[in-house]
Amino acid sequence: MDDCGTPPGTLHAAILRSPHAHALIERVEVERARALPGVAAVLTGADIQALTSSLVVGVKAPMECWPIAADRVRYVGEPVAVVVARDRYLAEDALDLIEIRYAPLPAVVAPRAALEPDAPVLHAGLQGNLASDRSFRYGDPEAAFAAAPHRIAVEIDYPRNACTPIETYGVVAEYEPGADAYDVLANFQGPFSIHAVIARALRVPGNRLRLRTPPDSGGSFGVKQGVFPYIVLIAAAARVAGRPVKWIEDRLEHLAASSVATNRATRLAAAVEADGRITALDWDQIEDCGAHLRAPEPATLYRMHGNMTGAYTVRHVAIRNRVVLTNKAPTGLNRGFGGPQVYFALERLVQRIALELRLDPLEVLRRNLVPASAMPYRTASGALLDSGDYRAALEAALAGGGHAELLARRDAARAEGRLYGIGYTAVVEPSVSNMGYISAVLTPAERQRAGPKNGAQATATINLDPVGSATVHVASTPQGQGHRTVLAQVVADELGLHPQDVRVVTEMDTAKDAWSIASGNYASRFAPAVAGVTKLAAERLRGRLARIAASQLNVATEDVVFAGGRIFARGNPDNALPFARVASASHWAPGTLPADMDQAVRETAYWTPPELTAPDEADAVNSSLCHGFIFDFCGVEVDRTTGQVRIDRYVTMHDCGRVLHPGMVAGQVTGGFAHALGAALFEEHSYGADGSFATGTFADYLVPTAMEVPEPVTLHHETPSPFTPLGAKGVGEGNCMSTPVCIANAVADALGLKDVTLPLLPARLAAHIHGPEAARPGGGAVPVAGGRQLFGEGSAMVAAPRERVWAMLLDPTTLAAVVPGAHDVQRVSETEFRAEVTLGVGPVKGRYRVALTLSDLDAPQAVTLSGGAEGALGFGRGTGRVTLAEDGPERTRIGYRYEAEIGGKVASIAGRLLDGAARLVIRQFFAALAAHAGGGSAPREGIFARLLRLLGWRR
Amino acid sequence: MPRLKAGQRHWLHLTLNGKAVEGEAEPRLLLSDFLRYELGATGTHVGCEHGVCGACTVQIDGAPARACLTLAVQMEGAAIRTVEGLAPAPDRLSILQEAFREHHGLQCGFCTPGILMSLDAFLREHRRPNEAALREVLSGHLCRCTGYAPILRAALAAAERLAKEAGDA
Ligand code: FES
Ligand code: FES
Repeated sequence: MDDCGTPPGTLHAAILRSPHAHALIERVEVERARALPGVAAVLTGADIQALTSSLVVGVKAPMECWPIAADRVRYVGEPVAVVVARDRYLAEDALDLIEIRYAPLPAVVAPRAALEPDAPVLHAGLQGNLASDRSFRYGDPEAAFAAAPHRIAVEIDYPRNACTPIETYGVVAEYEPGADAYDVLANFQGPFSIHAVIARALRVPGNRLRLRTPPDSGGSFGVKQGVFPYIVLIAAAARVAGRPVKWIEDRLEHLAASSVATNRATRLAAAVEADGRITALDWDQIEDCGAHLRAPEPATLYRMHGNMTGAYTVRHVAIRNRVVLTNKAPTGLNRGFGGPQVYFALERLVQRIALELRLDPLEVLRRNLVPASAMPYRTASGALLDSGDYRAALEAALAGGGHAELLARRDAARAEGRLYGIGYTAVVEPSVSNMGYISAVLTPAERQRAGPKNGAQATATINLDPVGSATVHVASTPQGQGHRTVLAQVVADELGLHPQDVRVVTEMDTAKDAWSIASGNYASRFAPAVAGVTKLAAERLRGRLARIAASQLNVATEDVVFAGGRIFARGNPDNALPFARVASASHWAPGTLPADMDQAVRETAYWTPPELTAPDEADAVNSSLCHGFIFDFCGVEVDRTTGQVRIDRYVTMHDCGRVLHPGMVAGQVTGGFAHALGAALFEEHSYGADGSFATGTFADYLVPTAMEVPEPVTLHHETPSPFTPLGAKGVGEGNCMSTPVCIANAVADALGLKDVTLPLLPARLAAHIHGPEAARPGGGAVPVAGGRQLFGEGSAMVAAPRERVWAMLLDPTTLAAVVPGAHDVQRVSETEFRAEVTLGVGPVKGRYRVALTLSDLDAPQAVTLSGGAEGALGFGRGTGRVTLAEDGPERTRIGYRYEAEIGGKVASIAGRLLDGAARLVIRQFFAALAAHAGGGSAPREGIFARLLRLLGWRR
Repeated sequence: MPRLKAGQRHWLHLTLNGKAVEGEAEPRLLLSDFLRYELGATGTHVGCEHGVCGACTVQIDGAPARACLTLAVQMEGAAIRTVEGLAPAPDRLSILQEAFREHHGLQCGFCTPGILMSLDAFLREHRRPNEAALREVLSGHLCRCTGYAPILRAALAAAERLAKEAGDA
C-alpha cells in the first residue's frame, strides 16, 4: 500500500491518541502545533465531527460511533486529533505540541464487570453498557434438560487477539470540492457494504465516494476491514487541507487501536445422556465489542449463529446473546470471525463431558457427529450443512495421522513422569457468509421494519480485447490467496487457453468495477464464491464465442471445442480458428455475428446462492452457504520446570469440498494454523485493570516465529459442495477455530486440568504445576493489576544536616535544580507544587506537566510525596514515602519507598522494561539531590529523558 | 564522523545494489524511510519500526541489518543491498527467489524481502545448512500468512540447489 504512488503535493497525516482508557476531554490546545512550519492542518475531534456524521451502529440503541473523540475518550489509543504536514516526521513533531487536558474517569475492562450495576458507563445514552440482549430458543431445550441424566457446563473467558498483518493500515484520500466527491485509496478488504457506511459518514451519496484498493495487500485476515474509520478521518483531513493526504499506521497504533477479535465470556451447559450424547445446549454469551460498536459488529457474535451446535446433532438449543461495551479498542473482522470463541466453549465442553462421564473423548465425538446420511442437514438454529461424511473423515484422520502411535507416545511419556496430553476437536467451518445473518441481532419485528437482508452477491467480469486476449476482474481484494493463479486457471480451462494467456486484474475501484455489498475478500469467499462466479462468467462467454465460431466453422454450437488456443469442430480438428480471431470478432466485425446475438466483448456475471435466505420468523438463520469439516488431534508435552508447551504432533483433517489448487490450500492451512497456535500459546491484547494497554510492540504482543510453529500433518477428505459452482468450500479460517481449543484440550489432558484459559503462557501453566508463586518481596512490575505498577525502595546519603535536606525538599528551586528541564516550578500552596518539564529525547522535545503534593509531614523526619506527570508519551502517578535519618553530623540518610503506576504510550511499548528503569531513575533523582545538597553537580540529563532513553524511545 | 545538526539535511553518498546513489537526509531519518522515499527503493518493507518483524532487513556491507533501526546518515559510504538487487537480471529470478515461487514461500509477500535478504546472506556463508539452522535464521522474521512451512521448504530447496551449483562449478 505504501508503495503505491501518490498524487503530487500529497501531505502526510499523524494521529494523536488518547493515553487514557476513559476520561473527559477538558481542553484542547492546538495553536502551537498549527504554528509549526510545514504543518498544513490540525484537526480536533470537534473539527472532524463538524464535517462528518457518526458511523452507523448495527443495533437499535441510542449511541453514536465516531472515528475520533471530541469530548470523551473511551479507550487507550482512541484518536483525538489529526495533524497534516509536509512529511510524517514533521506531523509527529506537531503532535507533541498539542496539549490536551483530560479528567480521568474510572474504566471498565471485563465484560461481566461491564454489566454490574455500578460499572462506569461509556455511552450516556445507553444507561449502562449493554448494547443488545437477545434470547433464542430452538426445539424444547427446557424439556431436554429436565429429561437428561446429566447437566455438564463450562465457563470460558476467551481472550482478545488479532491476526496482525505485517503490513499496517494505509489510506490516501483526496477531496474534489467542485464535485463534492472523495477519492480514496486504502488497503480495505471488504465487505463493501461498508462503502455505504463511509459515504454516509462523509455525507456524500455513494457515487461521490470512489474507493479503490491496491492490487496487492500485505495480509489482512479480516483485520483490514477495520481501516474504514480511518478512511473517514483522513478523507475529512484531506478536505480541510485542500490537498491529498496520506496516512500509514505504525505498529503501536495498529496493536492498540486498529481492530481486534472480540473477547467473550461464555457459559455453556449441555444436557447429556449417560453414553455422552448431547441432547440440548444452553448458551449464555457476553460479547465484548470494546468502546464502540463499529460496523459490522456485533457480527462476530452472529456469524456462527446457524452453527452453534458445531458438527453435532443437537436438536434443542437455547441462546442468550448480550453485547457489552468496555474501555478497550473496538473490535471487527479477524480470521475465524466468531468461530474461535464458539468452538473454544463447545469443544472444551465435549472434553469435559468425557472427563465427567469417564468416557473416551473420541467416543463422545463419534456419538454426536451429524451422520452422512442426514446431509444436507438443517441444524437446530437454521444452518444447512451442505455435504460431508464427518465420521469417515474422523476415522481416516485417526488412521492416516498415526493416532495409535500417539497414544503409545503418551503412555511412554507418562511412564517416565513427563506431562503429555492429547486433545481432539471437531468443527464445522462456515464460509460464504449470508449478508443477512447479522440481522438476527434484531427482533423479527425490527427486521420486518428494516426490510430483508440476505445473500452473498459475488461478481466477476471477463473482457476480450481487440487482439482477442482475456482479462479477468473480480470484486475481491487479494491478500495472498493466489487469486491470479486460481482465476487464470479457471478461465483458461473454460476457454481452452493457457493460464499465462489470461490476465487477472485484482485492484478494486468502486467507480468503474462491478461490485456489490458482499464484495471483498472475507468469510473465506474466494474459492467457493469468487472463483465460482468467474467460472460462470467464463461459461457464458464461451457459449457466445461458440455460437460465433459455429457459424464460421459451419457446425452446430454443441460441436465446437475450445483447446490449445484454438476453436475447432469436434472430430475434425483441422476445421479450426485461432481463439483470438473469434474472440476479437465482436470488435472488428460485429456485422458477422449471428443476427440474434449480443456482442462477446465483456461478460459480467453475478451470483448469489438461493440457499442464503433471510432469517425467518423463528430466528432460524442459514448464516453461511458452505460448511467444511475439520477434525484435529494433537499430542503436546508441557515442560515440568518451565511450563512451556511443545507440540509433539498436530494432525488436521479438512473437508473443504473440491480442492482447487493444492498448493494454495496447503498455504491457507499452515498459515491459519500458525495464527491459531499464536492464539493458543502466546497472543493476547492485554489491558490493565485501569484499561491501560500493555502490548504495544511485537516484543510484548508475541507472534510465533519459525521456531515455535511446527508443520501440521494435513489430510483431506473431499466432499464437493452441491451449492457452489466449483464444489469448493472455504478453507482459510478453519484452523483458527479448531486449533486453539485442540491444543487447550491436550494441555488440559496433560496437566489434568478442569479449566484452561488462553493463551497458555508458561507462567500460567507453571502456576498449575507448581502452585501459585509466593509474592516477591521488594518489588517487581505487575502488568495486570492496574496499568503498570511499580514498587521499590532505596536510600541515599547526603552530606548535609537533616534540617537542610528537609528545607530543600520543600523548596521549588531545589526541584528546578535537580530536574534539569524543569521550569515554571510553582508552589501552589504550602504542600502543592506544579511544574513544567521540558525534555529532549533525541531530536524531539516534549513537555510534561507535573503536579506534586506533600502530605503526612513529620518535620524533619518524613514526608509523603504523591503526584503525577502527563505528556505526549503517557502519564504516571505514584506516591512515595521519604524518610530522613541523621547519620552523624552533617550527614543525612534519605530513605524512600514508592509505588507508581504508569500508563499511555510508555506503558504500551515498554512496560516490561519499566521496573528496572524506574529504579534506576529514582535512585538517580536522590543521588542528584544528594549532590545538590553536598554542593556537587547533578547529572546533566533529566530524569525523564534518561528514562525514555533507557526505554529506547526514539522520537 | 562529522557532528550533525538536528533539522539540517545532509547529502549522503552510498552504493545501492552496486550503483552509486546519493540523497538527502535529516539526521533522524531512518534508513528504511530513506530507501523507500528518498531513493524510491520500495522493495524494502516496514512492518514494525522497532526491530522485531524483520520485514525491513537489508544487507549493509554484506551483513543483514534492520533498516528501521539504522539511521540513514550512518550509511555514508556504505554498500547497501536490497531485495531489488537479488535478481541477476530483470527477467530472471535468483535461485532463492525461484525456490520461493515454486514452493509457495510467499502469500501476501510483505515479509518476503526481509526474509530473502537474511537467507541470501546466510546461504552465502553456509553451504549445507540443516533445517534447524534455517529455522533459526527465519526466527528473526515474522510472517503472518504462510505458517513458515512453505518458507522453510523453499529455503531448503534453495540451499540444495546452491550447494549443487557450487559443487558443479
Ligand atoms: S520494520 Fe524493521 S524490523 Fe520490523
Ligand atoms: S507472506 Fe504475508 S507476511 Fe509473510
